[in-house]
Amino acid sequence: MSKEMNPFYDPSLKKRHLKDKLFKYFTISSLSISLIFLAIFLGDMIIKGSSAIQQTYIQVEVSYNEKSKKSYRKAVERKYINLLSRAALREIPMKMKNNPSLMGTKKLVWMLADDQVDMYMKEYYYKIKSRDLKTLKALIGDSRVEKKFNTIFFTHGDSKTPEYSGILSAMVGTILTLIVAMAVAFPIGVATAVYLEEFSSHGKWSQFLEVNINNLAAIPSILFGLLGLAIFINLFGFPRSSALVGGLTLALMTLPIIVVSSRAALRSVPASIRQAGYGLGLTKVQVVKDHVLPLAFPGIMTGSIIGLAQAMGETAPLIIVGMIAFIPDSPSSIMDAATVMPAQIFTWAGMPERAYIERTAAGILVLLTVLISLNALAVILRKKFEVKW
Amino acid sequence: MLFKKTTLSLLAIAVLSVAVEARDQIKIVGSSTVYPFASSVAEELGATSKFPTPVVESTGSGGGLKLFCAGDGMNTPDITNASRRMKAKEFNLCNKNGVTDITEAVIGYDGIAFAQAKSNKPFSVTKKQLLLAVAAEVPSKDGKSLVANPYTKWSEIDSTLPKREIIIYGPPKSSGTRDAFEDMILKGQTKKMEVYTSLYKADKVKNKAYKKYKKIRTDGVYVPSGENDNLIVSKLNKNRAAFGIFGYSFLAENEDKVQGAKVDGITPSPHNISSGKYPISRSLFFYIKNSHASKVPAMDKYVELFMSEGMIGEDGILGEMGLIALPDSLRNYIKTSVQKREKVTLESISKKH
Repeated sequence: MSKEMNPFYDPSLKKRHLKDKLFKYFTISSLSISLIFLAIFLGDMIIKGSSAIQQTYIQVEVSYNEKSKKSYRKAVERKYINLLSRAALREIPMKMKNNPSLMGTKKLVWMLADDQVDMYMKEYYYKIKSRDLKTLKALIGDSRVEKKFNTIFFTHGDSKTPEYSGILSAMVGTILTLIVAMAVAFPIGVATAVYLEEFSSHGKWSQFLEVNINNLAAIPSILFGLLGLAIFINLFGFPRSSALVGGLTLALMTLPIIVVSSRAALRSVPASIRQAGYGLGLTKVQVVKDHVLPLAFPGIMTGSIIGLAQAMGETAPLIIVGMIAFIPDSPSSIMDAATVMPAQIFTWAGMPERAYIERTAAGILVLLTVLISLNALAVILRKKFEVKW
Repeated sequence: MLFKKTTLSLLAIAVLSVAVEARDQIKIVGSSTVYPFASSVAEELGATSKFPTPVVESTGSGGGLKLFCAGDGMNTPDITNASRRMKAKEFNLCNKNGVTDITEAVIGYDGIAFAQAKSNKPFSVTKKQLLLAVAAEVPSKDGKSLVANPYTKWSEIDSTLPKREIIIYGPPKSSGTRDAFEDMILKGQTKKMEVYTSLYKADKVKNKAYKKYKKIRTDGVYVPSGENDNLIVSKLNKNRAAFGIFGYSFLAENEDKVQGAKVDGITPSPHNISSGKYPISRSLFFYIKNSHASKVPAMDKYVELFMSEGMIGEDGILGEMGLIALPDSLRNYIKTSVQKREKVTLESISKKH
């Protein structure tokens, strides 16, 4: 049968199929562009950050005596002073105080090396005076220089000596801040959503509220910082830079996200569940508390975790409440001055010393790991407790 | 259950808000230029004494002084850093809010580098040529009136300069480095140039900006590049024609990538900056709120440590980070005045160093 005879023959078919294919390729190329961006970013961070896993140490003889107790620069041979980290040296007098039996002894100790020595060992650009470089090369020859696992990065806070700086205090600060944020935003957000979905009359008033809440979710976060400054610091007198103020500010920011996602979760619970409850003579509170909320819970959790992850990556509002600061000690309560991980990364990125480049990248990797685990947790929770209707 | 949780967390906040008054941690705010130096001293204090490490916040000089002068209460900062002198306006604000006993400390100099990629030939400009390259309006060829800046090549400004495109990466408006650059390159020269000031004299209200003209061109030749000086350094290597404006410590740290241009024939080096020969440099300060000293015992110790020879001296720790030491006599003079906690007065902040 020829084409002309076929009653179903569509002369534009070929063209339509071509359009179909082109559209498919267009979407694929969009996907690959975003994947390439992601790969470049991650690759760059991993290349720059991976060297921070190790840190250089030098084995030197430390003499613990009266002289070195007074001035830590006397504790090691003079020619080694410039090769060692000042931050490690200045701990010697404190060590002697805590352990008096050291007095009068000499010991071979692995001491933290200066950041320039570390840069040299990692084959980056370094600035070491030729005399010191000679000493260093001799030490390397005696295999008294070694790269070890960088425990300091995970057990110390910020420092102005790059080799001694770590992310611990920022991590503790982030945890405290998020605990405060969630303790406030979660109950208030869920309760708001329950009211709007279950109790309000869906009239003009609740429409007005809905528009405002959606609008709030889209407000630039820096405005929440200004609000936090005005209310929590200036009005309530909470301490500046504290996890409490930061957490409350972030709570304001996550609140609309939690309300919106909780409402969606509550709405997805079929009306038949509620009707069955009322049919059995349950009160509204019983229906919501015992039936609707438990069923909506996975959805609420997913929304809250995503809100949490967003709050974790936030810096703009925290600048205003004073959390972008130099805080090396880990905060022990929510009233203490604290900083957060993205703030720490921001601070390191602006430092002149080259050694901070790898710290910045390593900090980003740690932050990304935590974010990915949080998001993965949200997916797992949803998969596990999801109910299909 | 939910309502219980809500009321409990609200209660907890109410209880917490009561326990805010006392503290033994010093609170420091202020300039982002002084920030690395101040935090270094803070860290040293925390590591070598029984006091907790002070909190150092980078708010910018203006923002810091605003917080510092907001009141005398214990919830205000004890010390503020500044990359410029306190202004009379700020001093009056302090006085109005009950902050009357302030001491000023000068810690050293910070040079502002005008730098290019290392692979270029050395470059040398005068302050006047820099002004003509960056100002929004410059004198016309006959020198009688002001025209929108027409220069796009260095050779158009002066035939002895190379035929190279003018492109300058510099700090944005919010930056203290930009303030200092405007003061020294623009204001410092335009206030003495007839062609600018005559406009001001003609109409003092409408042409107020021409009294000390400091407007930087916005036609894409001067590119504001964010507060992060590392970014400017890396941009210079991508665009070899370009120049960058940033703090001296970034020049010192990146000697393998960038070189500083000579300004008025002087290279930016610690020696030239300290002696005052290099024309674009500024003093760095911090201000102490003396009324807090009795309540925050660590303050005296911090100030003593900061002003010690081991920190701000010739071979001090801060020198390694890019701070340029004051000449010996001036340093000793400042040290004694800080030790005596001499009060800042309107006269003292208008005086020159």
